[in-house]
Amino acid sequence: MTLSPILRIEKLHKQFGSLTVLKDISFTVQPSEVLVFVGPSGTGKSTLMQCLNLLAPPTSGKIWLEDQEITASGLNRNQVRRRIGMVFQEFNLFNHLTALGNVMVGMRHVRGMPKDQAKKQAVMELERVGLAAHAAKYPSQLSGGQKQRVGIARALGMNPHVMLFDEPTSALDPELTGEVLAVMKQLADDGMTMLVVTHEMGFAGEVADRIMFMDGGAIVEQAAPADFFRCPQTERARKFLSMLNQTELIDRPS
Amino acid sequence: MIEFFSFARDVLPDLLAGVRLTILISIVALVIGFVIGLPLAVLRIHGPVWVKRLIFAYLTLFRGTPLLVQLFVVYYGLPQLGISFSRMTAAFITLGMHSSAYQAEYFRGAIAAVGAGQMRAARAIGMSRGRALRHIILPQALRLALPAWSNEMVSMIKYTAVIFLIAVPDLMGQAKMISSRMFMPVQTYILVALIYLALVGLASLALYVIDKKLSIPGLSISVKTR
Repeated sequence: MTLSPILRIEKLHKQFGSLTVLKDISFTVQPSEVLVFVGPSGTGKSTLMQCLNLLAPPTSGKIWLEDQEITASGLNRNQVRRRIGMVFQEFNLFNHLTALGNVMVGMRHVRGMPKDQAKKQAVMELERVGLAAHAAKYPSQLSGGQKQRVGIARALGMNPHVMLFDEPTSALDPELTGEVLAVMKQLADDGMTMLVVTHEMGFAGEVADRIMFMDGGAIVEQAAPADFFRCPQTERARKFLSMLNQTELIDRPS
Repeated sequence: MIEFFSFARDVLPDLLAGVRLTILISIVALVIGFVIGLPLAVLRIHGPVWVKRLIFAYLTLFRGTPLLVQLFVVYYGLPQLGISFSRMTAAFITLGMHSSAYQAEYFRGAIAAVGAGQMRAARAIGMSRGRALRHIILPQALRLALPAWSNEMVSMIKYTAVIFLIAVPDLMGQAKMISSRMFMPVQTYILVALIYLALVGLASLALYVIDKKLSIPGLSISVKTR
């Protein structure tokens, strides 16, 4: 760990009215690290992602991206967001644009690239997620898995330094999650720094460098996947994992 | 019947002069309504609270009072405060502002239908609110608003009929003059009704074609036209 962290979060709090959603969150992320956030529903994992790209600015606490404090006042947040890619559970593809248009629109109007250059890179990003053949299709003409891969390509088009995934496969039919997870795994292998909220424990075990277990708005435990799944240190993590195992037993066909 | 056609032939030139005015006033009023209504819709969703309240008051005023009362206030009332307009200007202003209140509501509904997720996704790739509106939200909202907007256009063509009451020689104004000149009110107003019907039909057809041309797979809300 001699590298300087790409992301540093210090004492982050988030409150909606009188409801505390995140409390005292602190951690650092090294370049190319993959962090997978797991935990029961409603523990603030999604809110944390939205705090990190300032879509939901933290109530207090500090966030550094590389050596810039992005929570500092007077900072152009749009400039910050383009460096942090975000993939949404509900895709949020731009419905009036084709797959190619979805990837290009940010390059053209945020990065200010000329059209032909943007198109060239957009085609490359679509190739990267295996969808070059579907470039001319509108979101409504794509399957859920394809939509989410376009969502990933759209984020990649901004050349982000960090990628956030907010339950990227939760809205997908089970048979479509694989193609999205495969693209994410490829990204991780290519060295992208990734923070992923997911319930896909298989993916977590295989791709994560570190599991971040959250409960009640706090990070309760963080460990390498092997350690976390084999011998969780806290009672809450043990309980969470045993619940997962139970549902997996029920789901498993006899 | 033959009598009706020869009557129609005699009065048609005058009526067509009125039609030209009706079309001109409809278009100008719709454009004014669009230019004022769209920003009102955007500000009503994204503006500061006091702006939202102000807009709500404006919308309530124009949607909650009869068009004819508005017209009379502008044309007969405002001159007493030292603000006077020509007949045509009074017609443009009144119909335009009246329409802006309705268009603002249509556009607001359409923007809401686009959904907050689109704005979030646009912000997430670094777009400012303004850029997101311009490149992501409004292109979708305007398409979604087309069927409602088509209704507004049809209504506008019919609403223009009130302006003969401030002596603008539009289609209705011409009809009134012809009717009192020739003493044939039934024939006159049947003819006028047919012309309004034709105007509304053509306008609806034009918007229908535009709607089809601009349609994007998966981007529509089905709204029955009235």
